[in-house]
Amino acid sequence: MSSFNVETKEVNNIVVITTDGYLNNFGGEQIAAVCTQKMSEGKNKFLLNMGNTKVVNSIGVSILIEIIEKLQQVDGKLGYCNLAPIVDKTFKIMGISKYSSIFENEEAGINTL
Amino acid sequence: MDKPKIELKLPVIPEMELIATHTAEVIGKHMGLSDDQAAEIGMALIEACINAFEHSLSTNNVFIHFIIDDESLIIKVIDQGIGFDKSKVEIPKIENKLAGERKRGWGLQLIKELVDSVEFESTQEGTTVTMIKKKNL
Repeated sequence: MSSFNVETKEVNNIVVITTDGYLNNFGGEQIAAVCTQKMSEGKNKFLLNMGNTKVVNSIGVSILIEIIEKLQQVDGKLGYCNLAPIVDKTFKIMGISKYSSIFENEEAGINTL
Repeated sequence: MDKPKIELKLPVIPEMELIATHTAEVIGKHMGLSDDQAAEIGMALIEACINAFEHSLSTNNVFIHFIIDDESLIIKVIDQGIGFDKSKVEIPKIENKLAGERKRGWGLQLIKELVDSVEFESTQEGTTVTMIKKKNL
């Protein structure tokens, strides 16, 4: 089984989650767990740095939709950066880029969110 | 002369779909497909495989045939599962997914968007998804 890891840091009150590995249901649940924990601490801005996630599936991305829904309830924001072209394309086909933001890199995401 | 054909037999085990994408990557390079085209095939394959796994019993296998044509790659994903009624599959919309309980259900839409053509043949004995990706000539 491929591994999926997340690392978390906070910059300017934004929670930056760096992912590594295949974003499937297990990966999505790991991201959701971090977001849920941080939201309980009052955070509402999240940036996923997905530079090391070259492969996703729709189940994993569906969990990001759950996160977007929860963030809408607290006036929060979700962004992504360093997306592989196929991940970017998948997000656009699914339409999640309408309700969250795609940035070129981490710095752009932190400056804009 | 028969067209070159690669066959995979995958057990219904989580993440076996990655074997299919790795195989597609090698075939794509052999055919001279672009990195973007290869990635699109890989993503479509992931979705077809996870649908096949979901429709199958854990004791079933999923078969994948890659047929290399002069101008295209033909991929068949064949499962022995319970089948599905394509007419009952709704086109997913993000607005409805955000408001609704069920966030999933994107696989067929993604496949349609990522390959040049796709056909589904489904019976109670299984489903065959045939995807065609054309080479950029």
